[in-house]
Amino acid sequence: MTLNHEEKAGIMSIKDKVIEIIAEQAVLEPSDVTMESTLEDLGIDSLGLVESIFAIEEAFDITVPFNANEPEQSDFDISSVAAIIGGIEKLVSEQAA
Amino acid sequence: MNRVVITGAGTINALGHSVAETLDAMKEGRCGIGDLEFRDVDRLAIKIGGQVKDFEADGRFNRQQMTLYDRFTQFTLVAAEEAMAQAGLEFTGELAAKAGVVLGTAGGGVSTWDDNYRAVYEEGKNRVHPFVVPKLMNNAAASHLSMKYNLKGPSFTVSTACASSNHAMAQAFQIVRSGMSKAMVTGGSESMLCFGGVKAWEGLRVMSKEACRPFSANRNGMVQGEGAGVFVFEEYEHAKARGAEILCEVVGYAMSSDASDIVMPSKQGAARAISGALQDARINADQVGYINAHGTGTAANDKTECAAVADVFGPHADKLMISSTKAMHGHLIGATGAVEMLACIMALRDGVIAPTIGYEEFDPECALDVVPNEAREASVDYALSNAFAFGGLNAVMALKKV
Repeated sequence: MTLNHEEKAGIMSIKDKVIEIIAEQAVLEPSDVTMESTLEDLGIDSLGLVESIFAIEEAFDITVPFNANEPEQSDFDISSVAAIIGGIEKLVSEQAA
Repeated sequence: MNRVVITGAGTINALGHSVAETLDAMKEGRCGIGDLEFRDVDRLAIKIGGQVKDFEADGRFNRQQMTLYDRFTQFTLVAAEEAMAQAGLEFTGELAAKAGVVLGTAGGGVSTWDDNYRAVYEEGKNRVHPFVVPKLMNNAAASHLSMKYNLKGPSFTVSTACASSNHAMAQAFQIVRSGMSKAMVTGGSESMLCFGGVKAWEGLRVMSKEACRPFSANRNGMVQGEGAGVFVFEEYEHAKARGAEILCEVVGYAMSSDASDIVMPSKQGAARAISGALQDARINADQVGYINAHGTGTAANDKTECAAVADVFGPHADKLMISSTKAMHGHLIGATGAVEMLACIMALRDGVIAPTIGYEEFDPECALDVVPNEAREASVDYALSNAFAFGGLNAVMALKKV
């Protein structure tokens, strides 16, 4: 699959927006949030996680399938910032389809 | 049984953002009731209330705190800060392990319910902030106080409508008196002044559109207020040993249930709570110099309360002073007993009796000395604070000059 320029820009902005949301929650600069960071590394606790997901849902108008009771069972991978961004990109593209 | 004293007091309400401001207003007989200011107030029939003005929560609490603190929690934290600073007690070790916080509120996070119902119903949103539940729950304020001040003992919230604070303070008193803890933080908070909160009260048709005029023949209903009152209750020897300033002593309480009607007050239920408090405090009726009345300014409450006082006190009812400060700060519902406790402290400690303002016409059914319109100097040894709630749940506190 090849992406045109606009689609690439859209995906870049998803990444930047998610990082911005996570950084705000962690009270860090976006530049301090790397793709390899875990939420734990960033000091985001369980309440911080649900608040981040809320902000992401609001920003992209999507529903993130995440249940705080069983994060491992969720379809949504939160093991790293890269995984979260990947999941959001997939949800946004599914919604667009 | 241990003696229990009050070593810290704090408040925020329509009369002031501190105890000193509030007591000054009570001495002057100033009215804190005015035009309500919030969204959609033009759709209400009742447009007045004892609203807390000039309170900037955004500057006081950070963004993360604001997502968790409903206005009733904000009020609690502000009042507690003042009370804790005055008490000067640091909660560590054994003291912290036993000390808790018991607060009263009737509605808890009413404006959080209101804002989020508005978002999903009116604005059609399908998503609300994840902290709506921990923000609106009735025990949120008590929990935040416990976390802020390291209070690890029995902590809970009491919800008995307009008697919530008195029931809460009675519990805290009992915990210290019995020796379970050397100190407790107690009081109450309420913030129902938002569109949904006032709209609900309008439905009962007990609200005045003009003013709260307790005991006055031309009274036409209650006026709602908002705010908080927080106190530190401490075991007397513990307070004395550390040289703490003692505001007054708590000497007894009683609770009763009318077991009769969901909104109409009962003279017998009120009288049993008043006489029960005297009995618990082991004082005679003629030792009481001042009663802070429930005095809501409704036709039903004021005449029933006066009849109950007349029954309990007999001829002494004509000698004691009884005033309702609700005409100044409004009816703070679940926080009202806490703010009214301040009037009792002023009577006992400062010898100043807060007036019943807005009093215009004598009512033969309320023929007691209601300290009309102007504060009065008087030496008082014992005071009572009445609270009679919807649902027929009553709680009366007995206090003593130290």
